[in-house]
Amino acid sequence: MYTYSEYDDAYVRHRVNQFRGQVERRLDGSLTEDEFKPLRLMNGLYLQLHAYMLRVAIPYGTLDSAKMNRLADIADKWDKGYGHFTTRQNIQYNWPKLADVPDMLEALAEVGMHAIQTSGNTIRNVTSDQFAGAAADEIEDPRPVAELLRQWSTDHPEFQFLPRKFKIAITGSPNDRAVTKAHDIGLRMVRNEAGAPGFEVMVGGGLGRTPMVGKIIRDFLPKADLLPYCEAVVSVYNTLGRRDNKYKARIKITVHENGLDTFRDLVDARFAELRPAFSGVDQEVLQGIEAQFAAPAFRQASDDAYHAAYEQDGMFRSWADTNLTAHREPGYSIVTISLKAHGKTPGDATSDQMRVMADLAARFGHDELRISHEQNVILPHVHRSDLPEIHKILKAHGLATANLGLISDIIACPGMDYCALATARSIPVAQQIAERFDELKIEHDIGELKLKISGCINACGHHHVGHIGILGLDRAGVENYQITLGGDGTETAAIGERVGPGFAYDEIVPAIERIVYTYLDIRESAEERFLDTYRRVGAAPFKLALYGEEAKGRARAA
Amino acid sequence: MPRTFTPKIVTANDLLEGDVIYLTEDDTWSRALNDAELIEDEAHADVRLIFASQQVDRVVGAYLADAKPGPNGPEATHFREVFRATGPSNYAHGKRELAALS
Repeated sequence: MYTYSEYDDAYVRHRVNQFRGQVERRLDGSLTEDEFKPLRLMNGLYLQLHAYMLRVAIPYGTLDSAKMNRLADIADKWDKGYGHFTTRQNIQYNWPKLADVPDMLEALAEVGMHAIQTSGNTIRNVTSDQFAGAAADEIEDPRPVAELLRQWSTDHPEFQFLPRKFKIAITGSPNDRAVTKAHDIGLRMVRNEAGAPGFEVMVGGGLGRTPMVGKIIRDFLPKADLLPYCEAVVSVYNTLGRRDNKYKARIKITVHENGLDTFRDLVDARFAELRPAFSGVDQEVLQGIEAQFAAPAFRQASDDAYHAAYEQDGMFRSWADTNLTAHREPGYSIVTISLKAHGKTPGDATSDQMRVMADLAARFGHDELRISHEQNVILPHVHRSDLPEIHKILKAHGLATANLGLISDIIACPGMDYCALATARSIPVAQQIAERFDELKIEHDIGELKLKISGCINACGHHHVGHIGILGLDRAGVENYQITLGGDGTETAAIGERVGPGFAYDEIVPAIERIVYTYLDIRESAEERFLDTYRRVGAAPFKLALYGEEAKGRARAA
Repeated sequence: MPRTFTPKIVTANDLLEGDVIYLTEDDTWSRALNDAELIEDEAHADVRLIFASQQVDRVVGAYLADAKPGPNGPEATHFREVFRATGPSNYAHGKRELAALS
């Protein structure tokens, strides 16, 4: 894991002091809100519906126990004893007081964390595969490159006032767990014919009001060209991107309006200028970073304890079947701790739970933790012999929900319970769906089903790429929920299709239930996932289940 | 026909805590919607909003929101204002915490 250099440390502390002065000047009246707002946003401080909200970056979702414990301490000391992990692998505090925020940032700086560039029209926190460095299917750990991108993009003087925010995601595996195709730049590690690792580069992906799947701009970019190439892409976007209309300012629109070929030509021309300026210092820096991401000293031990628990304990077996993922090291597993206990707020963890997870990482997990964009916490390196003990501890703290990838493992944005941009609530809808399917006891039978909820068109809840997506809107002063089907956030990315008119708040859970029962009726086998069934049969049976004969009439009329 | 004016309240967020606050008739700020001044006249609404917006050391983002009279004072008409007045639905925090105390 990367440890701050003296330079990083000095920079972050300098920014804390700068912000402390800015808050003081706001409080004594020398700065107006109009003057202060861009300054606080540069430090991740939003003003939401009921309170300020501080968004803290968790670079590429990687933490150690010291950082996680500090997040817990901050939650207790300056917030309400919990934090919300987001689809950007960040954590948000929902109740900070303005005067306390500089102290919160200082507490973060002490453990090598900050909230810089978690807002504003800059390059945001680089996100990555939550199983990076552990996954059995990985070509290379993408985190050293993600860290290089973080260092390059942090306070990059050319990219502090982009036309709009800019998000980069990177995966080292062919199986895309980082939704790279829904990012401004998506990087997927591949090997060329000679076996050398490099990147497939995608641009112009994004969700929001104009969802688009990223387009491949380079099939194979040598690893050493990554920074100059990314700089060329962002540089072209910075000059070409629209600044006249906020809704047309993202790079997806720039690429769409100019055409991929034109955009690529401009990037290539800019790259030709920039490449010689990169003397190789970046590669030296990368080598230093790579050394810090060396794999832990995996141990050899018997996993008899695991097998014994698996045979004897049904709850453990269910959890192991659902929440473990194959590790590249024999004898090891990747543990996903679900933050989706039925009826709880997706992505929330209390300070006690954070400390429990930090302690588990320190005792059993080579001191590593990850946050996934699906709002869960991961212990990436666990020897299987420790799993029964880990499960016991998780269970005692409400963290052993066995629902990874199932219908109750819902992504939900904060929605109108917190967010000033929201047009409807997300959290209670997620809570009710999870509780309903838990009650029905059918979620394991349903199998993999990604349900994602956004409380507005900006799509923080990734509804476009949910197998079932729910979008909450304000229709004539009433909450209304649109359903999309067939979305996919993986390497086979697809944008879900709207199935028909929306549903009222009290109709949405029964509507989801009808969709799921329809799937169970028509799937060819238990192995055919919801998404596969949808791809095989299309929307018609689901429309019929949702809208009855009316849907048939509409289809005939069309 | 001239459009009818929907009654309004002046609301904002508190500078220090960010909490939702409402302008009262006696020029103070309350955390409770039913303490707010219900403004039935458009010109008066504009005056009150200007007054609120000038209090830069106390409030952030003052605006006029639709409201209606109720037995205990003004009530919100749009669900967004209902949520602002009552707090988040998932925890007893913010306005819900206050309601539990009173």
